Amino acid sequence: MNQMYTPVIGLEIHVELATRSKMFCGCPADHFGKEPNIQTCPVCLGLPGALPVPNKKAIEWTILLGLALNCRINRSSKFDRKHYFYPDLPKGYQISQYDEPIASGGSLKLKIDEERTIGIERVHLEEDTGKLLHNTVNGEKVTLVDFNRSGVALVEIVTEPDIHSATEAKEFAQELQRIIRHLGISDCDMEKGSMRLEANISIAESGKRKEESELPAYKVEVKNLNSFRFLERAINYEIERQTALLKAGRKPRQETRGFVEKLNATRTQRYKETAADYRYFPEPDIPPLEFSNEFIDNIRAKLPQLPQDIAKQLENKYGIRSSYARLVAADKELTDYVLAVIDEAKKARMKTDSLVGLIINQKIDWHKVKPEQLVTEMMKTKAAQVSDDTTLEQWVKQAVADLPKVVADYKAGKKAAIGVLIGKVAALSNGSADASVVKKILEEKLSR
Amino acid sequence: MKDKLNAILLEINPKGNIGYKDNFLTRGYETTAGSNVLKGYISHYSATVVDLFEKNGFVTKAKFNCDAWAHGSSGENSDFGAVKNPWNNAYTPGGSSSGSSAAVASNYTKYATGTDTGGSIRLPAAFTNSSAIKPTYGAISRYGIVAMASSTDCPSLIAQNVKDVEVLFKIVSREDKKDANTFSSKRSLRGGQFKPGSLKIGLPKEYFIEGLDREVSEAVRQARQVLTEDGYKIENVSLPHTKYGIAVYYLIMPVEVASNLARYDGVRYGQARSFFGEEAERRIILGTFTSSAGYSAKYYQKAAKVRTLIIQDFDQVFKKVDVLLTPVSPTPPFKLGEKANDPLKMYLSDVLTVNTSLAGLPSLALSCGFTKKNLPIGMQFVGPRWSEPVLFSVGKRYQELTDWHKRKPSI
Repeated sequence: MNQMYTPVIGLEIHVELATRSKMFCGCPADHFGKEPNIQTCPVCLGLPGALPVPNKKAIEWTILLGLALNCRINRSSKFDRKHYFYPDLPKGYQISQYDEPIASGGSLKLKIDEERTIGIERVHLEEDTGKLLHNTVNGEKVTLVDFNRSGVALVEIVTEPDIHSATEAKEFAQELQRIIRHLGISDCDMEKGSMRLEANISIAESGKRKEESELPAYKVEVKNLNSFRFLERAINYEIERQTALLKAGRKPRQETRGFVEKLNATRTQRYKETAADYRYFPEPDIPPLEFSNEFIDNIRAKLPQLPQDIAKQLENKYGIRSSYARLVAADKELTDYVLAVIDEAKKARMKTDSLVGLIINQKIDWHKVKPEQLVTEMMKTKAAQVSDDTTLEQWVKQAVADLPKVVADYKAGKKAAIGVLIGKVAALSNGSADASVVKKILEEKLSR
Repeated sequence: MKDKLNAILLEINPKGNIGYKDNFLTRGYETTAGSNVLKGYISHYSATVVDLFEKNGFVTKAKFNCDAWAHGSSGENSDFGAVKNPWNNAYTPGGSSSGSSAAVASNYTKYATGTDTGGSIRLPAAFTNSSAIKPTYGAISRYGIVAMASSTDCPSLIAQNVKDVEVLFKIVSREDKKDANTFSSKRSLRGGQFKPGSLKIGLPKEYFIEGLDREVSEAVRQARQVLTEDGYKIENVSLPHTKYGIAVYYLIMPVEVASNLARYDGVRYGQARSFFGEEAERRIILGTFTSSAGYSAKYYQKAAKVRTLIIQDFDQVFKKVDVLLTPVSPTPPFKLGEKANDPLKMYLSDVLTVNTSLAGLPSLALSCGFTKKNLPIGMQFVGPRWSEPVLFSVGKRYQELTDWHKRKPSI
């Protein structure tokens, strides 16, 4: 019997919220590149007697994200203490959410080859930890702690194990990033660590499962995924590694692995045979959260149009090709700009798709050029373009004469070589030649 | 400095008029919470309570000794030595706010603060002929006070009579933006006139049980007589879940203690974890165990459910009466060393105070007599949340009718 191996993948994504102050105190939350330990107070240092007071904005934003991910917003929620010892955790526990997250039971639709729906298990709010800096001071190797990040509002998004490939995982993470940026609640900058990815990967063997929904008896958690590319590579590596083990009749170990960029592979960090005991219990310093329908409805009213809907609108209503539409929709500012350009273009009866293509491909500094300015410029350029066949014929002839090797390549089947010839014509014409007409003439000439 | 009673850990200003239990942070001064773990730790900021008193013209006089981390009923768990009862130096002044009560009773200061998590201000008040309020949970900010068990910790006030306690209470009972559990007392406190004839006092039968010391029960009976003659209506009531209080308290409290002490991990506060005393260790181990996976449902979560039943008991009873009257401790003050080696016996000193702590209710402790050996006996008035004005009115009236509170120890 032919054994089937299906990857079962779930993601845990942490996102730092861009609130002005931290989650439980008034310290500034923007910690990136700041001198160590200047943005601290008794609360985020966990000094004796200090008490946390939750940041209302962070709670509202978590609800907003929950709504954007089609989650159920739980009318009553609470914070819990999650205990573990680590030098970057000043209280000996992290204030997080355990059994009553703010949002749960959501989903996100992805369009890859076919439409896929990835379930969202939960969206909860917690506080970030400090940061350890491994340094040498006076010739001595030391570990220093920077608490600027301690207490920054952190949202954790946990998916169901619905993902079956590295591509899907990457697409999910990217779509989530687009949504969060669109909501304006985080910059989701992977380099700055304001978006952090972890993947839980295992392989299901068909025939060994009683039901489709049964999960493998182990899972491998992969950390250190500082980019979408690493996420993709790490998952592919794990799928290969685990499948090979299973094929050899061995069960992969339950463990935490880290992605090592240099090796382009994952390596064991620690074995995790049993779940860690964090001794969760309700945070007594913070009263339980109760959300009224009115409160949630007010937040729902603030929910902007999301990237997927915008892309759909650009495609269906304005005839923008799908690839352009998705690129535009990923950026809220660019979306606003493109919509304004489309508006102007309609007045000038210009084709919107090519115009959007120009914005995307030519990388017009759209922060500087006003939409009406752009459309006017384009109209002028178009008018000045030489599409007179005789003039173009001359340039084409010369280009063909100048580049016999390219012509030979083209004729030998390297169709992409035509681009070089078009470029040559463009140069001869000082850019005034209409590329689409040139292409047609060249194709005709070379096919003879 | 070492005073005769060992009540004072640090004298800040001899001309001051208020002292703080050493778990209150006082900016620029050492705060140890009675533990060697925090020895030498200088507070970076002041507790909200300290700030409020200073803003209202009070001057900090001293920091008072207490059981380490406020764990104890006798003061003997202090790493800096036990405090002696000014009425008889062989006896405990009650704990954990042992230094505060000894200092107030010996007239070193008229006003002091303490904390009450399961009886830690009421027992000391009862054992030293002082008056003290353990307020409604959330009436006074906990910000800047070394946490013991966060869900029952109440900053508390102790003085030589109820009138003074009320003055202190009015200053510090207010909403604090730094403590999410505080409420605006202006909006919450019960208002109106509280004439004796209009108030009903309940005597919960579960608090007058076998094992209650004879002298204690007799003193409380006499207090009841005084109040009856003054026109208060007295009624017998029942709080059926009372007997579970100690078990519930000693399951929930250690879980929070273990969590709150986790930060003293030896990385930041000078002294290593090996400096924790036996009682703190016991509570850390107990709390870690009862909140562990597999045990939490059996112990901590079950205790939390029973806690709700205890709260409901009080809700029911306060539909019938305005105030409850009970003894503070089943016994008069006991000798130093008497229970120090028997933790369970020590825990039972709190049997009449923990339930009100679990329910977050206000309780006013004051003396109602003396034993033949001339040791104070205390009683408490307990009311529903935000009923402090009622408790003060009854307490003040009682002190108009009696003069136990005017007795002073000969030092």
